[in-house]
Amino acid sequence: MKANKKKTKKETESLSNKKPETLIDKKGIRLDGRKLDELRPVKMEVGVLPNADGSAYLEQGKNKILVGVYGPKEAHPRHIAQQDRAVIQCRYHMAPFSVDERKSPAPSRRDVELSKVIREALEPAVFLEYYPKTSIQVYIEILQADGGTRCAGITTAALALADAGIPMRDLVVACAAGKADGKIIVDLMDTEDKVGDADVPVAYMPNLDAVTLLQMDGNLTVDEFETALNMAIEGSKQLYAKQKEALKLKYVAVEEVEEE
Amino acid sequence: MTSSIVVRIKKKRIVELLASGKRSDGRGLNEYRNIQIDSGIIERAEGSARVRLGKTEVVVGVKISTGAPFSDVPDKGVLTVNAELVPLASPDFEPGPPGEEAVELARVVDRGIRESKAIDLETLCVESGKLVFVVFIDVYVLNHDGNLIDASAIAALAALMNTKMFKYEVEDGQIVKKPGYTPLPMVNYPIAVTFAKIGNKLILDTGIDEEQVMDARLTMTMDQNGNICAIQKGGGSGYFTKKEILEATKIAQKKTEELRKIVVKS
Repeated sequence: MKANKKKTKKETESLSNKKPETLIDKKGIRLDGRKLDELRPVKMEVGVLPNADGSAYLEQGKNKILVGVYGPKEAHPRHIAQQDRAVIQCRYHMAPFSVDERKSPAPSRRDVELSKVIREALEPAVFLEYYPKTSIQVYIEILQADGGTRCAGITTAALALADAGIPMRDLVVACAAGKADGKIIVDLMDTEDKVGDADVPVAYMPNLDAVTLLQMDGNLTVDEFETALNMAIEGSKQLYAKQKEALKLKYVAVEEVEEE
Repeated sequence: MTSSIVVRIKKKRIVELLASGKRSDGRGLNEYRNIQIDSGIIERAEGSARVRLGKTEVVVGVKISTGAPFSDVPDKGVLTVNAELVPLASPDFEPGPPGEEAVELARVVDRGIRESKAIDLETLCVESGKLVFVVFIDVYVLNHDGNLIDASAIAALAALMNTKMFKYEVEDGQIVKKPGYTPLPMVNYPIAVTFAKIGNKLILDTGIDEEQVMDARLTMTMDQNGNICAIQKGGGSGYFTKKEILEATKIAQKKTEELRKIVVKS
């Protein structure tokens, strides 16, 4: 698994979880040095799991996420099969070591909800009607969590679906916006998510102007919400370019591997 | 589950009607079914309410006990919401532990109450870091005829407004009950409204037929200041455009205010 190789210097930095007094300084700079509308550094790679039909790995800030896709294959158990389309079975799962305090590997209520909303974020993209009676399995593993894992999980899962060669209307890409210290910010990291005032995760298909996941918790006026939604969509568009790059890179990289 | 063929036929009919601004039961697109709220129907619970939204029926019971606070918020009471899709409520519900639909319902109701800070949880602290009151909100769906989220959120709010706390004194770190009751300290009144997208139309308060054919749904919970405190998109393999979402926020602002008057008055 390539994920292991990627645990570089970021991993060794302290992951301490002190609650800061302010999240944004007077110059509008955030704790990790970003501007209000700046995304975290992101790395994406597809085709990382030999056994899966499609796979992708993503790092966004300290998030490390691996997705494997299997199928379309015969749906099991049988009763979940739909006569006129494929079903997506999606599991969002956090590794026990992905957060400060060990997380039980058993699915929490949060995991159940996220698996559902992530599935519903991906479904609009996939031509499910091409594969009746089958199931497409999407396994999302959060190896390390740093805020915004549902969004990063969706971005990665869309790449893995594309890598599996499953026909899609568009890639789904996700990004959160939120509010901290009275300011609307994009791509919240862990501390901003926990200490901040609101979190608005958004999944988007840029070619169709389609919002496929939208959640919010916190407190925003209607105008603030509109700003946050716009910011999350802008962030998504930036990530979308990187997704496409990562998909293209696979085919460039294949040749190099064969030459070795 | 209704077979996909029947659903397709139904959908055709519902979409045709919506195109001319009508719904199968004659309601307007943003019109709710009749709402009936009965509070205090379960005497053994500290608070309770039954909400009928058309034929949808939800009972919420509130129980209060004591426990340890979460370590990151040592001086706040604990709030938990659970939802049961009781098998007698629909041919589609089965016995067993809560499935993803029930978990989502509970978490959406939870988020509305929590994020609007509806309950003043700080007053529910007995001894910081050691002993607090725990508020259990149990949502019990008794008949499913669509729009469980809004009905449950209204029932939860009505039950909380109906909740009585026993008076107490603390002696040697123990709670000693005293005669008399005080109401649960409520400081905000969140209301959820759920839109369904069918074809290109947004409608509110879906009946079960509409729910079966909807492309997607969007719940917005707003507090008494007209601010958004929770959103959840779900249901079905459709999506919303940005324009539709912003349109929904405007409608939600009006509608939540209207519904809040009904609930608070009850």
